[in-house]
Amino acid sequence: MKRKTASKETAISRALSGLRPGGRKALICYVCAGDPDLMTTGRLVRVMAEAGADIIELGVPFSDPLADGPVIQRASNRAIGAGATISRVLGLVRDIRRDVEVPLVLMTYANPIFAYGVSRFVQEAGTYGVDGLIIPDLPVEEWPVLDDHVQASSMEIIPMLAPNSPDARLRLAVDRATSFVYCVSVLGTSGTRGHLDTARSLVARVRHFSDIPLVLGFGVGEPSGARRYAQVADGVVVGSAIVRQVERYGRDSVRPVARFVSQLRAAVDEASSSHV
Amino acid sequence: MNNVTLPDASGYFGAYGGRFVPEALMPALMELEEAYNTYSIDPSFALELEACLRDYAGRPTPLYFAPSLSESLPALQVYLKREDLNHTGAHKINNALGQCLLARRMGKKRVIAETGAGQHGVATSTVAALLGLQCQVYMGEEDMRRQAVNVLRMRVLGAEVIPVKTGTKTLKEAVNEAIRDWVSSVNDTHYVIGSVVGPHPYPMMVRDFQSVIGREAREQFLALRGCLPGYLVASVGGGSNAIGLFHPFLGDPVKMVGVEAGGYGLTTSMHAATLSLGRPGILHGTFSYLLQDKDGQVLTAHSISAGLDYPGVGPEHSYLKDAHRVEYRAITDTRALAAFHKLARLEGIIPALESAHALAFLEDLALVCPPGTSVIACLSGRGDKDMDLVSGHDQVLEG
Ligand SMILES: Cc1ncc(COP(=O)(O)O)c(C=O)c1O
Repeated sequence: MKRKTASKETAISRALSGLRPGGRKALICYVCAGDPDLMTTGRLVRVMAEAGADIIELGVPFSDPLADGPVIQRASNRAIGAGATISRVLGLVRDIRRDVEVPLVLMTYANPIFAYGVSRFVQEAGTYGVDGLIIPDLPVEEWPVLDDHVQASSMEIIPMLAPNSPDARLRLAVDRATSFVYCVSVLGTSGTRGHLDTARSLVARVRHFSDIPLVLGFGVGEPSGARRYAQVADGVVVGSAIVRQVERYGRDSVRPVARFVSQLRAAVDEASSSHV
Repeated sequence: MNNVTLPDASGYFGAYGGRFVPEALMPALMELEEAYNTYSIDPSFALELEACLRDYAGRPTPLYFAPSLSESLPALQVYLKREDLNHTGAHKINNALGQCLLARRMGKKRVIAETGAGQHGVATSTVAALLGLQCQVYMGEEDMRRQAVNVLRMRVLGAEVIPVKTGTKTLKEAVNEAIRDWVSSVNDTHYVIGSVVGPHPYPMMVRDFQSVIGREAREQFLALRGCLPGYLVASVGGGSNAIGLFHPFLGDPVKMVGVEAGGYGLTTSMHAATLSLGRPGILHGTFSYLLQDKDGQVLTAHSISAGLDYPGVGPEHSYLKDAHRVEYRAITDTRALAAFHKLARLEGIIPALESAHALAFLEDLALVCPPGTSVIACLSGRGDKDMDLVSGHDQVLEG
């Protein structure tokens, strides 16, 4: 069995270069840009980076986020209500890039990108300092609409896999991945409570084809969950749980989020040093 | 026009269609496509579906020449394809039977559906009862209010109606929730999509199941008149009754018009005229015309009829619009209501408000057609479900 490893060196792959089975594990943190407003989002990104996030996922809100559960749906609505648009989020990224170095990944749905114009979007996002794209409603088969543009930029698209993806699709995804693969740990929408066994078996199946770093997302609620998931994979993504803090504290969420991310960091580091 | 071979292998009608869905749904869509490809050429499946359509749904439905309506529109000879005479009162049963029989062959024990006017929910609940499948239907709270009779019918049939309270509480949100349910339940559940929308293979499969409308109408018209009709007219929500009527005629020299919901008028923001005023975009897994703002956020649609109240439309219609093969027009709420009353008084037939949009357009057609032009209008459903709504409006008009 031919096993694939990460190919081209990107900002993301450099950030994850310490991650190999048994090595340091990654923490990826998500917030929805514009929730409760773009200025707060900027502050949240900075404190999350300081508190130890290895990669930050910025959501560009969409009115109909099909892969998301109620928590991120509500955040998207708040952000749209507060006037978050692609061009404003890109402006925020440009701003953040002056003092934040962690890789930034935009998480959005296909339609806002189409509406903005694919080539303009990819060009501007790359120039302003976006390192990657996660588009939950763009399966690998539909990548051709973005491919040429993305390949000409410094960005990469990150493929997603689900517990029910058959082997042929696992192979397709790892072949297309540049620096890591996003494994959705549950059959369900974001915020659904995860099952460790489901996550473990998905990771094991992908491992069979590739050594590329695998991160687990969806269903990580507290630091203890992050620790367990990090033991299974090379990293964890925490979204809804952070967004819940933003929902609760609004503009005052900077400190609670910083504290929460530090706890997640500690939990993930514990997983890195413990044996599975 | 070589439309018969579309969609292509990736599910595209020209630029439109595709599968823009979360990864968890891709295996299910591929499984569905494979099952559909297998059973759509399996004679035993065709026989089973045909028997159900005939003995259970009541097909073929009549093609009725409407003498008084025709007299009121001097240029036109109007024929009504009576989908309202199907069991459960609309064309939706054609598709529900097809998909639920397929689901049973695929070994699924549970079906879910979304519904706007309630007709698709009623059709799916009905067939689920017939086949012994567990059934849950997502419906916006606003639509549950507008279509209370159909909510009761679904419950009587043993289905669970799940109120959707997000957003505008109408069809778009009901589809979102049904898709979210399906993401979590794909292993044992089939999602019965109610129109020619959604990711591949739905637009193709639903079109094929609804094409029985056009196949029958074509044969019936030829038998009655010995020629083809001049025009076909049908209402367009997602577009399933329209594509069902149009598709078998696409290779013929027949003009076709799809009629969208103009709501309060196309100069207002209160309409559901997706093909008339939308731009191509992605919603619910497909690339098609879409009502959206400049940032790509999906806009709220409005129509007096819950079945047309949808900001998207089937991708094949987008293709047919760009190819100038079908023309798309819009009719306001007020004109649809007037047509509703007109058909009731002239022909003793109470149409669904959705179908009334197509009937209202006949008035416009009468102005531009030479005398003696024959037209088949799709009477997609009956108006019983709309009685509360219409009486409410009439009180408003009187008071
Ligand atoms: C009677 C009737 N006609 C038309 C429609 C519109 O749907 P479509 O455009 O898919 O035929 C509906 C939808 O609920 C309906 O109930």
